[in-house]
Amino acid sequence: MSILVLAEHDNTGLKEATLTTITAASQIGGDIDVLIAGDQCAGAAEAAAKISGVSRVRVADNACYKGLLAENTAALVVSLSSEYSHIMAPATTNGKNILPRVAASLDVSAFSDIIGVVSADTFKRTIYAGNAIATVQSEDTIKVITVRGTAFSLAEQNGSASIGAVTEAHDLGLSTFAGESVAKSDRVELTSAGIVISGGRGMQNSENFSMLEKVASKLGAAVGASRAAVDAGFVPNDMQVGQTGKIVAPDLYIAVGISGAIQHLAGMKDSKVIVAINKDPDAPIFQVADYGLVDDLFDAVPQLEQAL
Amino acid sequence: MKILVMVKRVTDPNVIIRVNAENTSVDLNNVKMAINPFCEIAMEEAVRLKEAGIATEIIAMSIGPAQAQDQLRTALAMGADRGLLVESEESLEPLTVAKLTAKVVEEEQIGLVLLGKQSIDTDNSQTGQMLSAILGWSQGTFASKVDIVDNTLNLTREVDSGLQSLTLTLPSVVTCDLRLNEPRFASLPNIMKAKRKPLVIKPAADYGVDLTSKIKTLKVESPNTRQSGEIVGSVAALLDKLKTEKGVI
Amino acid sequence: MRESMEFDVVIVGAGPAGLSMACRLMQQAQQAEREVTICVVEKGSEVGAHIFSGAVFEPRALEELFPNWKERGAPLNTPVVRDDIYLFQDANKAKKIPNSLVPQTMHNEGNYIISLGNMCRWLAEQAEALGVEIFPGFAAAEILFNEDGSVKGIATGDMGVGADGQQKGGYMEGMELHAKYTVFSEGCRGHLGKQLMEKFDLNKDADVQHYGIGIKELWTIDPAKHQPGLVVHGAGWPLDKDTNGGSFLYHGENNQVVVGLVVDLSYSNPYLGPFDEFQRMKHHPVFKETLEGGTRISYGARAITKGGFNSLPKMYFPGGLLIGCDAGTLNFAKIKGSHTAMKSGMLAAESVFAALVEDDQGGKELTSYTEALKNSWVYDELHRTRNFGPAMHKFGTFWGGAFNYLDQNWFKGKLPFTLRDNTPDHAQLKEASKCQPISYPKADGKISFDKLSSVFLSSTNHEEDQPCHLTLKDAAVPVEKNWRLFNGPEARFCPAGVYEYIDDTRDADEKRLQINAQNCLHCKTCDIKDPSQNITWVVPEGTGGPNYPNM
Repeated sequence: MSILVLAEHDNTGLKEATLTTITAASQIGGDIDVLIAGDQCAGAAEAAAKISGVSRVRVADNACYKGLLAENTAALVVSLSSEYSHIMAPATTNGKNILPRVAASLDVSAFSDIIGVVSADTFKRTIYAGNAIATVQSEDTIKVITVRGTAFSLAEQNGSASIGAVTEAHDLGLSTFAGESVAKSDRVELTSAGIVISGGRGMQNSENFSMLEKVASKLGAAVGASRAAVDAGFVPNDMQVGQTGKIVAPDLYIAVGISGAIQHLAGMKDSKVIVAINKDPDAPIFQVADYGLVDDLFDAVPQLEQAL
Repeated sequence: MKILVMVKRVTDPNVIIRVNAENTSVDLNNVKMAINPFCEIAMEEAVRLKEAGIATEIIAMSIGPAQAQDQLRTALAMGADRGLLVESEESLEPLTVAKLTAKVVEEEQIGLVLLGKQSIDTDNSQTGQMLSAILGWSQGTFASKVDIVDNTLNLTREVDSGLQSLTLTLPSVVTCDLRLNEPRFASLPNIMKAKRKPLVIKPAADYGVDLTSKIKTLKVESPNTRQSGEIVGSVAALLDKLKTEKGVI
Repeated sequence: MRESMEFDVVIVGAGPAGLSMACRLMQQAQQAEREVTICVVEKGSEVGAHIFSGAVFEPRALEELFPNWKERGAPLNTPVVRDDIYLFQDANKAKKIPNSLVPQTMHNEGNYIISLGNMCRWLAEQAEALGVEIFPGFAAAEILFNEDGSVKGIATGDMGVGADGQQKGGYMEGMELHAKYTVFSEGCRGHLGKQLMEKFDLNKDADVQHYGIGIKELWTIDPAKHQPGLVVHGAGWPLDKDTNGGSFLYHGENNQVVVGLVVDLSYSNPYLGPFDEFQRMKHHPVFKETLEGGTRISYGARAITKGGFNSLPKMYFPGGLLIGCDAGTLNFAKIKGSHTAMKSGMLAAESVFAALVEDDQGGKELTSYTEALKNSWVYDELHRTRNFGPAMHKFGTFWGGAFNYLDQNWFKGKLPFTLRDNTPDHAQLKEASKCQPISYPKADGKISFDKLSSVFLSSTNHEEDQPCHLTLKDAAVPVEKNWRLFNGPEARFCPAGVYEYIDDTRDADEKRLQINAQNCLHCKTCDIKDPSQNITWVVPEGTGGPNYPNM
């Protein structure tokens, strides 16, 4: 078995999602090659060579791969596919854009956003927005897979793989990269933030949310709220985390003065680490929290801010 | 230009999903079904393109059970000119759906296919990309802005880092993201008119596409419920745990 | 000007009454080879989404409507095989009442345990096949009148209006649906039905209407404990001697049971919470043994009309009719209303059809409907059981029950006098200072649950940015009266956590009423039981509300 991993990178370095995909690939087993496609992407290739467990880095450095256009990049991957039993990529917008195109070009099915490797042909993935987990098996000769980054750990980076160039350019002329604008805002986007700190009814009013803002700015976190806080008029609805609001799954979720109604839990239960600060020891939020602090938030939050 | 919009019948986003007792699937017994929200956005975009004089005809197509006629009627009420149900009681995998759709695209001489970026049941996000590959067309996924000028498609995509702009050749396949538009409500008179718009039903088997699935679902389980952790005594203790045990700050 | 459409008949609400009416009307039209146009509007996201009932179903009306219902696949899958009745003495003890002592109306041979929601889904299929236009997701928000004061039709609510009352993107104006006859079948305490009763003084000759709140859960249980067709009813604990009501547990199909409690809304202690009573009730061994190890699938609540015969309003008015529980045709002695609702709809269909055949252009009072109802078994049933509810109110569960046993089994409801009860339910509430607070046990998360996790299982949802559909006549009344005198009873009688009294942040000693309209289950209890009659329930944007499957 040999595996090709299409890397997610910014030309100079790798994105973490690549490292987690390598971990998933190593669970399948076999040789792992990394494909770096891009325009002026030598830096990323060097970074990839350092990932433990990688045999070979293949670099397709050409202007036609700028912006990882799906048509050209898929054609590139297809041209290399005969050597591999598995083709993988992180389930980023790039991976999700390119790999299904690769699969259909090879006349095989694809697995999206897997969260577990059972065996070389069997994987786990969520369906119905995470409300169910399916174990699925492929009969295809080549397995095409995108991997959910948060479900796997980061691969070590003490390897030294060889780097080789793929020179043939696949410019299909179907699409042209016309620009990119990086989302910029003062506030970190709730759904993509690594850390989210949310306030509930216990915040008592909208002014008190500034306490959370201060903590958030120190942590680089986004500020969210429970529906109770939104309904009470403390904050606008676009800050709502929950069944009827935004679904978040950050590395760290800090719930402040939130009782933990199931509607709220539905929006944050997939967070990696959950912290709850609430003065009511019976609040349901403690049932899902990794760490609970039973304390008055008006004492605890300023303390937290100071300690950071 | 003729536009084909794909419409999928899925569970209503408001209903609670439960795994069945046999662990083979989710329980769909008398659960409210609806048009996939992203397909609704695709439908709205098609109607706007027709209103702008760019599209000449909108065909709404669904691949699914007989009941998917309900969702096609919704699409017709929103503004599709006619409907096509490719009937299959079995749930088909994205590759098969893409192959069937490609047949229809050729038959109908379609210039643009609009789909949702994913369906909220299987969460695959594959069909549009696969269709584009089979047709050898350009591909614009996760669209948040669609602008057609002089036979080129200027597309803005929602990507992880922000927004990406592409210029695509036509014909093309576009999958629609949440912020592309806000779908209209179907009005009562339009719902009534929709009942009289043409809706053709054809068995999936008639298209000469192998319908057998290459993917087997071995098991469907409920996700693990979270266990409660530990109560810490102070802010200092909490920060220590987050830093040393979990490494999240 | 709003757009309008013309129909022969517009029906408000796709429940058993409205759908039976639509079917019957079309059957007659087809038989007479006459074209009749019928439009049914339904506020739920689909037919059945808001239908909530026990339900033990008596098939009498269905037999008349579709004699071949079995071949047509009506979802009557579980015949009742046994009736168990318990008198609950306390949290642990219960006495099974011998069959011979049970009021005749509580026997269920020949009946079926069904999901009324699924029954309505099926009825809607039959209706559509007959040519009825059904529009789920469209709420009738307003009654339209002709210049002569007769009912002209209804208008559906505007869609896409923000909480501030301003139009949002995607705004769609409501639409006028005009009809020769407009038929209201909104179920118990319909918000348009209420307006009609006031406008046309329909209650003039009737006793005050009485209500209960039914709360129910659907469970999947251990197959070893499942006894399809078993019907369990109970009275007594957890309700005190001053509070009427009854519990139920029905074993349906697919290893599922429904468990529920009906609490009479004539209760007097403002500390009482029907939801909390229900949660603790499930811990009684009779229920717990069945539920233990099972999974709760769904939850819901709905008010029911239980005034019966004495409280029936005039059911016709110029241009329209009230049918089913919008009028109050439920037979409380049987705790069943679906069969009477269906029959009232079928009779209404016959009256309306007779008028249409005569080229009636609408707007008249169809007195023939009431005549037909008087000559039907509905009337006979309701008349025989007219004393059942009042007896319970007057004499309490035990002596009232004894009276009902004699009345129903010995005299078959023919005692030559009528008990009356003319105090409205909302006026029964005593001031909090005169009552004992009730301390309810904490939910264990296995058998009993908190309100919000329960509401979650109803799949209720409302577009957030829309005007609040729970309107207050006077915004000061909740705190000034309901909180100060009654300790905020709406927080307890609402089974969905819509009403919360929370600390007013501007003044620590003060409270303010928080209305979480999104949680609403459309049960209408607040509209009924608010001691100040200050809350008016109006329809939210169409498709809002619960999404009950199999309820």
